[in-house]
Amino acid sequence: MSNSPFVTPAKTTRGLGASKTGTSHHIRQRVSALALIVLVPWFLFSIMSAALGGYADALAWVGSPLNATLLVLTAGAAFYHMRLGMQAVIEDYIGKTGTRAALLILNTFFAAGLFVAVVMSVIRVWAG
Amino acid sequence: MSGTPKADSRPLSPHLQVWRFHATMLASITHRITGVGLYFGTLLITAWLVALASGPDAYAVVEMVAFSIPGQLILFLWAVAILYHFANGIRHLVWDGPGLGFSPKVASQISIFNYAFAIVGAVALMAAAVLS
Repeated sequence: MSNSPFVTPAKTTRGLGASKTGTSHHIRQRVSALALIVLVPWFLFSIMSAALGGYADALAWVGSPLNATLLVLTAGAAFYHMRLGMQAVIEDYIGKTGTRAALLILNTFFAAGLFVAVVMSVIRVWAG
Repeated sequence: MSGTPKADSRPLSPHLQVWRFHATMLASITHRITGVGLYFGTLLITAWLVALASGPDAYAVVEMVAFSIPGQLILFLWAVAILYHFANGIRHLVWDGPGLGFSPKVASQISIFNYAFAIVGAVALMAAAVLS
């Protein structure tokens, strides 16, 4: 930093603070939570009966259009919600810029990858 | 960090251990811990679906793991985590929306209720699964 009397120490911190996206993060977290309030109870009750009945029952469960739709909706809301949540955890605890950026990128890849795996599996069971 | 002169010493926030224990602080960190647990728990749900799409052989492997003792224990903990995060998440929405439940007494009572809901609910789910 310059030792010029016209440059105050505040210069070194400007632009390094919050990225001004906190409000949209907060709202997205809560909107996905509202969706999950409806989807999670459905998911818990119906996956229990589907998983307990063996392979044929599970295939029939995912094969129904209503279940397949709700399943993809649940996965979408859940993976979106948990990506936002893990982002907050990483930002709270990881101070080092490089490590933080790497983990934030991994977080996105993890959520996106699992979502696509769920969707492809549902499509395969539904269509096959 | 960047060679700036050290700021004047200012009062610091008290450290965690000087606070008397209260239920809401445990509820708060449990919300985060169960959230992180559920994050990795989605691997199990995804594995179940991918196995289902892959065929009976892969599905048999997942079933064998899920019905083993360690598998049942993980499913029980997963049920506790999702029920806790669900109940405490609704509390967060009530805090943010209508703005209710902030008084210390009510906040502590809801915290304890959420713990009870998660544990009793998970036991009920596992019992229902075993009996069906």
